[in-house]
Amino acid sequence: MNSASDRKSIFLGIIFGVFLIYLIRLFYIQVIDNSYELKATQNAIRKKIIYPSRGLIYDRKGKLIVMNAPIYDLMVIPRQIAKDFDSSEFCHLVALDIEELREKLQKAKNYSPYLPSTLVSQVSPEDFAKIGERMHEFSGFYAESRTVRTYPYANAAHVLGYIGEVNQNIIDKSNKYYEMGDYIGISGIEKQYEESLRGRRGARYVYVDVHNREVGRFKDGAFDSSAVSGENLYSSLDIELQKLGEELMQGKKGSIVAIEPNTGEVLAYVSSPTYNPNELVGQKRAKTYNKLLKDPTKPLFNRPIQAQYPPGSIFKLGMSVLAQHDQVINMNTAFTCNAGFQVGNIRVRCNNNENHGVPSLNHAIVESCNSYFCQVFKAYINNPVWGNNHTALSHWHDALLSFGLGQKTGIDLPNERKGLVPTAEYYDKIYGFKRWKWTTIISLAIGQGELGTTPIQMANYISAIANRGYYYQPHLTKGIGKSKVIDPKYKTKHKVKADSIYFENIMNSMEDVVVHGTARSAFLANITILGKTGTAQNPHGKAHSVFVCFAPKHNPKIAIAAYVENAGYGSTYAAPMASMMIEKYLTDSITHMDRAKWIMEKNLIDPNIEKVNLITKPTEKPKN
Amino acid sequence: MNVSGSRMRQEKTVFQYVDKYVFFIWIALMCIGLLSIYSAVYDPKHNSFFDFSQSYGKQLIWMGTSLILLSFILALDYRIWETLAWIIYGINILLLILVLFIGKEINGSHSWFQIGSFGLQPAEFAKFGTALSMSLLLSQRDMNLTLFKNQVLAFGLILLPIVLIILSKETGTALVFTAFIFVLFREGLPGTYLLLGFFALVILVLALLIDKIILISVIASFGAIFTFFSRNKASAIIKSLGFLAITTIAVFSVDYAFNNILQDHQRVRINVLLGKQQDLKGAGYNVHQSLIAIGSGGFSGKGYLEGTQTKFNFVPEQSTDFIFCTIGEEFGFLGTLTILVLFSILIYKIIEISERLPYTFGRVYGYSVASILFFHVMVNVGMTIGLLPVIGIPLPFISYGGSSMWGFTILLATLLRLDSSRKIVLH
Repeated sequence: MNSASDRKSIFLGIIFGVFLIYLIRLFYIQVIDNSYELKATQNAIRKKIIYPSRGLIYDRKGKLIVMNAPIYDLMVIPRQIAKDFDSSEFCHLVALDIEELREKLQKAKNYSPYLPSTLVSQVSPEDFAKIGERMHEFSGFYAESRTVRTYPYANAAHVLGYIGEVNQNIIDKSNKYYEMGDYIGISGIEKQYEESLRGRRGARYVYVDVHNREVGRFKDGAFDSSAVSGENLYSSLDIELQKLGEELMQGKKGSIVAIEPNTGEVLAYVSSPTYNPNELVGQKRAKTYNKLLKDPTKPLFNRPIQAQYPPGSIFKLGMSVLAQHDQVINMNTAFTCNAGFQVGNIRVRCNNNENHGVPSLNHAIVESCNSYFCQVFKAYINNPVWGNNHTALSHWHDALLSFGLGQKTGIDLPNERKGLVPTAEYYDKIYGFKRWKWTTIISLAIGQGELGTTPIQMANYISAIANRGYYYQPHLTKGIGKSKVIDPKYKTKHKVKADSIYFENIMNSMEDVVVHGTARSAFLANITILGKTGTAQNPHGKAHSVFVCFAPKHNPKIAIAAYVENAGYGSTYAAPMASMMIEKYLTDSITHMDRAKWIMEKNLIDPNIEKVNLITKPTEKPKN
Repeated sequence: MNVSGSRMRQEKTVFQYVDKYVFFIWIALMCIGLLSIYSAVYDPKHNSFFDFSQSYGKQLIWMGTSLILLSFILALDYRIWETLAWIIYGINILLLILVLFIGKEINGSHSWFQIGSFGLQPAEFAKFGTALSMSLLLSQRDMNLTLFKNQVLAFGLILLPIVLIILSKETGTALVFTAFIFVLFREGLPGTYLLLGFFALVILVLALLIDKIILISVIASFGAIFTFFSRNKASAIIKSLGFLAITTIAVFSVDYAFNNILQDHQRVRINVLLGKQQDLKGAGYNVHQSLIAIGSGGFSGKGYLEGTQTKFNFVPEQSTDFIFCTIGEEFGFLGTLTILVLFSILIYKIIEISERLPYTFGRVYGYSVASILFFHVMVNVGMTIGLLPVIGIPLPFISYGGSSMWGFTILLATLLRLDSSRKIVLH
């Protein structure tokens, strides 16, 4: 320890000891531990996403109804903000108050000083115009261009739906397909056809330096991919017809659904009250959405597929067909009216207590005789072929299902409701096994009682009648992409369980309804319209006006179901509206423009009733 | 005629007898440094080595002037250093005082003289002055380092520049002077000092890592066990209690120093190193990025100018204090091994030279050079691989910087001059 050479050795020992420890450490981190390589890659190589442009949507005549418009996200990289950053000037430019800006900058800084964060999202091109030209004065800030949907017609909001940025929940559920910042269809056909419309993201891999500045391409772009635009969608809607429908329904609640009977294509799909889809875009989105959500008239409620009403008198058409098919009645069968049908203490009155005498089937349909159809229903259920009520009602149920009732029509929109056609078991549950008979359920005879149908179901129903016994599932899409692909289920013919002759038998009656029956207000001199009015009972207030019809009589081109809530008899509003829609579609003109104007300006939404409804019944919250 | 002729011959022989190992390692390290700096600040727009607006261009100037400096020192009479030792030390101390008042402020420290576009750091040259004066002090005929009086003298010589440099807020450079403890040890300072130093370091780290009370209780229980197994209980008890008292004082003074003397950023750096604090965006960022750079180099590196960490500036201070990262990333383990081997040989050769010098002044001086170099390499490399706290001192001959390049060149050149004169004397 004390000799000079010992001391030299100790010094050398310390030196080589330290260097040896260093070499072991270096060997470990450089050769053995691989994690640093990954970290270096994550540091320096950035994936820059190239967003695809979402598929466009056209109407059936090739008019563009949904397109993409540029919008800007203002981004910030906190570390690059200049020391002499003029925050008040910047606030003035981007219309933020200084506290808001400070908060947002702090949030961005907390996320990462080096990575970009969104400062203000979805700035419209108009607002961006003045920001853009001064952007370069503020280092650390830049704009990223994105696109939003824009709607040249401002119609068909409930069909088209809307898109929004994905949230963490969606990302997790999508197996990591979606990434933060992606758009996704949230409702309507945007949601239904998301996979076709969205397209495919592209990516560029670039080297970035510590300031996140691009300094070159990774491996000369060997891993880069370009974005693939979403496929265009050709809708079956006629946007002009849609527009007319929405205008007619202004100030009213209800639906109009028009279908091309020989294809099942939906020509118009009106849900009223509606909203301007352009208002659910960009920065306005959250504000508008909240306003719509709180609106007592429920503009977000997608009535054609979600509102369920008892079908009312329009149900008599189906009953006529089914009863004929089962040989319970024929064209000549007559029953005595007595201004109503009495059994025990139950009395089903005819409208206005009118006595229809001894109507035949034709007369009963034209005059909508309740008494007649109660007797048809009695005969149908008591048909000895079935042996008992239970079997008879099951048969009735199955027959109605073949009309597309009591089940989802399968329209290409999310969140459709299936309505209700009660089964025998349904009544067993209510009244006990075999504790009910035809008298218990007599209101079904005239489309009331437990029956629940949606406007889209009734449009499909009248479409099946127009086709004399078959239908195609209603759909809003003619095709997707260049080859106009469509789900094969929409090409499948569905047969109603009744022969076409029994449909043919009631055609004249339906024509008479319009010519001199309850729907004279739908009469057109140049087009033969066949229809049936109805009144859906409403426990909360005035009954709903309903009208189903189609035209022309032979080889029908359009079938319509029109619902106007709280409007009383079908003849007042629903019938003339449907008639105008037909005329518009078939001749591209409207004879009675003055009447159309009168209807458009009519407001049937009673603000007082809405308030009462709000208290007694919580607002139905549409999913999405 | 005769006189000038013999001087001519002597000058020739001085260059001839320069130690080849040391000389070529010196050249090699400088060249590696230049290439690494070029890579660290690589910019395709300025890719000429001779672009003097870039730091590699400037480094080239430092290298050239260092060669001139070497020639100049080799040409000088080796005996003038003994004569000038105190004067140089004195000038150094004066400059260190002066810089406190007229130095340019960079990042809160007053340690630079600004001369034109170049900065000079007197602390880099104070090492040389201290080495010379230490050599002179220890070569006094009656110097005995076991004597307390001499220990005070020697430590005082080191402490003066340390205090001044700490005042200019260059703690890292000040720490370098503790390297002189190796020199003193070689010259007869009792080994207890080295052990004490080591022990103090251990206590320091433990005091920061472990709760004070637990640490003292552990030491107390060691004392109890030691007492239990000792034959002479009384002496064991006194020894244990004394030891306990010293460590208790040490632990609390470490605690005090840590919380009251150190600056915030230094506290954070130490906490980060000890793993008590994770701060990847602040103080820990440098080390984290440095580790990624070196670690991602693999066995043979990413290739020259291919380092993503260093080329895209993820590692800060990469041409100066963190230059080792560039080498680690682009040349991998082979690169870092080469650097450490080169420094090992260099330091070993310097010690060999020191030991073969026939007089104390030269030996002490040589050991000073070896200790300073070792300390720099140890702290600098230890910092980049996360084994030591971030202390900003350069990697000798490799890091960018004129003052340190000149400082180390003067240190080394003087030793080479002393060594070559030995051979001339012998022949």
